[in-house]
Amino acid sequence: MSTQQGNRFFFNVDWITILIFVALCAIGFVNIYASVYNPDTADVFDFSSNYGKQLIFILTALILGFSILLVDEKFFSVFSPIIYGATILLLLVVLIVGRNVAGNQAWIPIGSFRLQPSEFAKFGTALLMARYISTFNPKLRDFKSIAFAAMIVLLPLGLIMLQPDTGSALVFLSFMFPLYREGLSGYFLLIFLGMIVLFIADFLMPIGLIIFIIVMISAFFIYQNRRKQKMIFTIVIAAVVSIAYLYVVKLTYAKVLEPHQRSRIEIMLGLKTDPKGAGYNVIQSKIAIGSGQTLGRGFLQGTQTKYGYVPEQSTDFIFSTIGEEWGFAGCSVVIGLYCFLLLRVINLAERQRSSFSRVYGYCVASIIFFHVFINIGMTIGIIPVIGIPLPFISYGGSSLWSFCVLLFIFLKLDSNRMGFI
Amino acid sequence: MDNLFDRKYTIQGLFILVCLILMAKLFYIQVGSDKYFISAESNVLKKIYTFPARGVIYDRKGKVLVQNEPVYDLIVIPNQVKEFDTLDLCNTIGIDMKGFHKRFTKAMNQSRYQPSIFEKQLSVQIYASLQEKLSRFPGFMVQNRTIRHYPDSVAGQFFGYVKEVTKKDIEEHEGYYRPGDYIGKAGIEKQYNDVLRGERGVINMLYDARNVPQGSYAEGKFDTLAKAGEKVYSSLDMDIQKLGEQLLQNKVGSIVAIEPSTGEVLAFVSAPGYDPNRMVGRSQGNNYMEIFGNPNRPFLVRPTSGYYSPGSAFKPVNALIGLQEGVIDAETPFNCPGGYRAGNHTVKCEHVDGNISLRRGLARSCNTYACNVFARIMTQKKFKSKVAAYNNWEQMVRKWGIGQKLDIDIPFEKKGILFNSDEYTKRFGKYWGYTTVISLAIGQGEMNTTPLQMANIMAIIANKGYYVKPHLIKAIGDKKTISKEYVQKNYVGVDERHFTPVIDGMQEAVNSPWGTAVLSRVPNIIMCGKTGTVQNPHGKNHSVFIGFAPRDNPKIAIAVIVENAGYGSTYAAPIASYITEKYLTDSISKGRQAQVEWMKKQVVLPIMPKPKVKYQPKQTEDTTKKQLPAKLEATPVTDITAQPKPIEITK
Repeated sequence: MSTQQGNRFFFNVDWITILIFVALCAIGFVNIYASVYNPDTADVFDFSSNYGKQLIFILTALILGFSILLVDEKFFSVFSPIIYGATILLLLVVLIVGRNVAGNQAWIPIGSFRLQPSEFAKFGTALLMARYISTFNPKLRDFKSIAFAAMIVLLPLGLIMLQPDTGSALVFLSFMFPLYREGLSGYFLLIFLGMIVLFIADFLMPIGLIIFIIVMISAFFIYQNRRKQKMIFTIVIAAVVSIAYLYVVKLTYAKVLEPHQRSRIEIMLGLKTDPKGAGYNVIQSKIAIGSGQTLGRGFLQGTQTKYGYVPEQSTDFIFSTIGEEWGFAGCSVVIGLYCFLLLRVINLAERQRSSFSRVYGYCVASIIFFHVFINIGMTIGIIPVIGIPLPFISYGGSSLWSFCVLLFIFLKLDSNRMGFI
Repeated sequence: MDNLFDRKYTIQGLFILVCLILMAKLFYIQVGSDKYFISAESNVLKKIYTFPARGVIYDRKGKVLVQNEPVYDLIVIPNQVKEFDTLDLCNTIGIDMKGFHKRFTKAMNQSRYQPSIFEKQLSVQIYASLQEKLSRFPGFMVQNRTIRHYPDSVAGQFFGYVKEVTKKDIEEHEGYYRPGDYIGKAGIEKQYNDVLRGERGVINMLYDARNVPQGSYAEGKFDTLAKAGEKVYSSLDMDIQKLGEQLLQNKVGSIVAIEPSTGEVLAFVSAPGYDPNRMVGRSQGNNYMEIFGNPNRPFLVRPTSGYYSPGSAFKPVNALIGLQEGVIDAETPFNCPGGYRAGNHTVKCEHVDGNISLRRGLARSCNTYACNVFARIMTQKKFKSKVAAYNNWEQMVRKWGIGQKLDIDIPFEKKGILFNSDEYTKRFGKYWGYTTVISLAIGQGEMNTTPLQMANIMAIIANKGYYVKPHLIKAIGDKKTISKEYVQKNYVGVDERHFTPVIDGMQEAVNSPWGTAVLSRVPNIIMCGKTGTVQNPHGKNHSVFIGFAPRDNPKIAIAVIVENAGYGSTYAAPIASYITEKYLTDSISKGRQAQVEWMKKQVVLPIMPKPKVKYQPKQTEDTTKKQLPAKLEATPVTDITAQPKPIEITK
């Protein structure tokens, strides 16, 4: 039920968020321009070049975004299962007809563009998640509702894993945040954190030592809760599971992960240096970013950028261009913009009356957060190389459009926050 | 629900935390460390070096002693090499296929993308034929540089040599040198390396990730041209240097001549020597080993590191100290019964002179006289102990440059030997006195000097009391600068008036019928000198002569040592006289030219087959044949025409 007139739609839109969105797109364009800059053929409107294409992508994304603002707000809620279903279908299609690029079957070629279904699966999943929670209002305390929510996430995640595109799949873990917000126990986050800690520890310490530490910690907690039989039982289970997990990780690592993934992890953990091989990207990216120093070398002055020392620089490693040419100052601005955007989206989500809008808002923030963290973390070597784009900045139509759609659907929902869906 | 609403802060807090972690890491690599900036520069910037020519060295008359010759290094960039006729390349530069693969693998191991040296120092001739074909060998290029050339082929030990830097050199010079650079390793080339080496030129080129050049960095703002090394003017006189080397050929020994008023070294002969041109170019390594293998050790720089007892050459110093201490005057007579009895042993004289005083004592090289003077110096009443007396004497001797370095500008100078009282106490215990060390009076015993120190003693006497530190380079660069220490006068603490009788005695030694070196008199020039026949624990006595000329306003002070050649008057004195004559008159008088030629032909090598020669003539021939070729080869051929054919074994 909408009480607003068509011409008032735009007045309710959160212009600050749009401003940040445009700013990030502009930063992206400038840096893509710099990273493929060639003084001999410098023309801003050269549409065969990456920056020319990106300009088209940005313009079409803006058109797409504003068209979304014109769509009836009920559409997203109502059609969410269908959108979700369509993205799942696309994920299946890509496994069959997809173009194999660099070992990943992630792209469907359409004309001169390549469609990446995993990008669209993110907002498809976000929409269905919002719909599920707003419709059934589950408490997320019982197994059934948790399992159902998990199913929504794990289906696309599993399909993407089959491509295999681990990076994009990992992003789906970000749905933990909205679920946590909607009542999922904080233990899940803790368990997740514990899994990561154990995973890293598994590489850095002998397994015996880790088991010893787990046993000691468990013993401490058992002593603390020595009057509560149930707690003791839980702690024992947790300890046993953790130790089992350690072995599973070891096995998975040895049998399931591909050699390049293994070496990426080892390089990130500092167990291995391989400046010519797998470590090359990270080392060159760090050199480029580090060489920017405080104020950067200036637009088009980055030697590492100009002479192609960082591979995949306009896409996954675009942040190295920012780091080199704009320095710590530029990086701070970009990270500041992201941080502001994330906090803004969360705040907007919290002011929604409809839980659909709120859950969706949390999904948007979490997805963007994961992308930013993983991408920037990868370029500065605190996370293994996981090929996912930097939202709004990385070159690529699929990624830009999907983030644009993701964000503008939320802006549309927010512009209508006084209404009910 | 309130509870769940609070979770917003948990999530927002997590977002902020992660952003801060990212910022912290960025701060660390961007602001906190230069490491990445430097890596970025080395990624992109490749410095291409051009090598400077080393400085030219002139002699004191302005003649070129060392010049530079172009050579060409063949360079390879492995990843640019495509299929080509390897055999053709091998034939052109004179290597075999095995050598080719070895070099190529080495270059590959260094870097696939960076140029590395494939073959060094190709001559102009090889370069000419290679140049035509170079386009057929993709990935190979030529870089030119210069090597040393010595037109006169003399004074090897003086020049030293230049070699490619070793890892150790690179470390020691903290990054100045890069592999492939040259550095002076001995002699003047080492001592004045910083002056001679010049400055590398550098072109800063930008390269992209595929190693394709992208133009020069900052429009060549930081590029520099190679700057040739500075000129250096040596104090050597090539004419007497050459004569000296010829006179000492097939002998072992040393000649040092100094201009007394300036301390400039006029001749710096070390025999056996070697042709410095052999230490240059592609066969440097082999030649080095060959020269190194010569048993008479051509690499030993005898003028500054050969140790010889000064022998009688020390007597003038002893007499001057006596005069300065006032224990004798010029007329004090001592009786020479043919020896001096000190404790339970006797220092013998070659003669019985009866009562003699200073002049005659020096002219006749009387040991008894010298010992008496020494005894008086050591038994002066003013000293409370024998040690104090010795210390005083030692200090006075040290001022003459004996037992310490003269700081000549050539590396590896040795300081000689002069014991201090502690060393004697260590050797003899508490009870020792002048009788114990009486050999010092005649320059034997615990006293060793280098030929340079001996020549310097003569310079001091010529100057009547002072010396300028001897040096081989008299001026550097266009401005002809020279270090201050090489113009300063160093006084030895003996008054000028005491020198006259000593110089008289030395004049008599050369010019009077009873003098020891009278046969070496130089026509029309009054030379003052002193012969020495130095006892040599390892074999035959060394022949020594020291002197200066002319008597008034001396121009040259000289020390000549011929090892194992016996009396000072037979070898060292005539050699000194020829050189003095040549230097002062620029020629050798007619009557003496034959003597010079005779001297050049003499062979006095310490390592020779021994008396067997006399008794078994047949075997002699065999031994000589076996031994001599090696000797002759190892001995530098300073002048092919003057190479002696008959081998005389001097007794």
